[in-house]
Amino acid sequence: MSELKQELKEKIIEQLNLEDVAVDEIQDNDPLFGEGLGLDSIDALELIVMLDKDYGIKLADPKEGRKIFESVQTMAAYIEENRSR
Amino acid sequence: MKKSVYINSVGSVSAQKTFDDGFLENIEQRSDTVLAVVAPNYKDYIPPAAARRMAKGIKMSTVSAKNAMQGAGVDENEIDAIIVGTGLGCIGDSEKFVSDIIDNNEQFLTPTRFIQSSHNTVAGQIALGIGCKGYNFTYVHSAVSFESAVLDAKMQLEQNEARTILVGGVDELVDHHVSTHRLIGHIKEEPVDTMSVLKSGTSGAVFSEGAHFFVLSNQKRTSCYAELMALKTFNTLSPGQLGDNVGNFLKEQGLTEKAIDLIVLGYNGDVEFDGYYDILAKGPFSETPQAYFKHLSGEFDTASGFGFWVANKILKHQRIPDPVKLNDLHRVTFETVLIYNQYRGENHSLMLLKKC
Repeated sequence: MSELKQELKEKIIEQLNLEDVAVDEIQDNDPLFGEGLGLDSIDALELIVMLDKDYGIKLADPKEGRKIFESVQTMAAYIEENRSR
Repeated sequence: MKKSVYINSVGSVSAQKTFDDGFLENIEQRSDTVLAVVAPNYKDYIPPAAARRMAKGIKMSTVSAKNAMQGAGVDENEIDAIIVGTGLGCIGDSEKFVSDIIDNNEQFLTPTRFIQSSHNTVAGQIALGIGCKGYNFTYVHSAVSFESAVLDAKMQLEQNEARTILVGGVDELVDHHVSTHRLIGHIKEEPVDTMSVLKSGTSGAVFSEGAHFFVLSNQKRTSCYAELMALKTFNTLSPGQLGDNVGNFLKEQGLTEKAIDLIVLGYNGDVEFDGYYDILAKGPFSETPQAYFKHLSGEFDTASGFGFWVANKILKHQRIPDPVKLNDLHRVTFETVLIYNQYRGENHSLMLLKKC
């Protein structure tokens, strides 16, 4: 699980072009949207694509994303449970 | 009655350090076949949260546009229209988006690259940045893309359909574009020193990128650089037709070749096509002060924006920097400047500026 969280932090930084953010600056429970990393709706779409492409998870209901993308912790937990690759 | 059109300010990001107030005091001398821009510190101009989704062309344009607006002292709400010319738009993200389609078997396409993969992204992003809901247009027409944007602005200002327009030209360098143009021989095979481009004796050009923005208005400001008198483009023009067309262009303005105080030529060191410039430089303008600029800016679809920047700066400062001098002729004052550009014998343009 900790490896997956590390991997997710690296992917979030790379895919969302967070040039000024280092991996160790993202805490597992930091909110990704709003006050935390300050991600927005376009980033949410990028994350949905990432789940599909890298972990084989298709979000049938986009509303699910609100809980899944709360933090790196919640993302990692969801991926562990649902991944197909 | 037509209103006059003034260039109230200039902004540039190019292969030279042009994003500040200087005027080619220190030249970036390089020996290469491709020149990237001398980039400003983008963080000084663009909030990091906004910059992270911006392609290079958008960043260059944002800086250039902001500098132009600041130079003219215009507020964001004074800009009535934004008009941009570009040969290839945000080609970097277009390439990535198309590559993603191929690599991922037409699946997993992400929105950011798609959003930026259109030609009008720059004009749109600038409008979003300054909250301009007015006319927003992008011209894509190879080497006359920038001129097409300027022509649109000129006509709107003359008819008083707009009072102040932000006009620019932008193109960015990316790997695939460069490798394609190397394959077809449009880029020089051997590196050339900046100040030796005209002596290269080889075909092809040194490729580059840049963003040049200008605040045009039908109201002259104290910051004014020049008055835009006339502009004409020609998609095709044979060498034999060039001289007469230039003569007719000037005649329409009540001028002759002798009335021109400076001609700015788009020589790029390509032996196959520089002959067009020779026709004017060694013919009707042989007794006229001459300047050139693509050895400093490199070649790209909107490189004429750099030539326009040079001409405006010369008119404002009344001096020709040594690195752009093509001959040693001089005038006490520079009142009228003609810019002539073409690329590979096509898409010719003439722009006539007057001291304001």
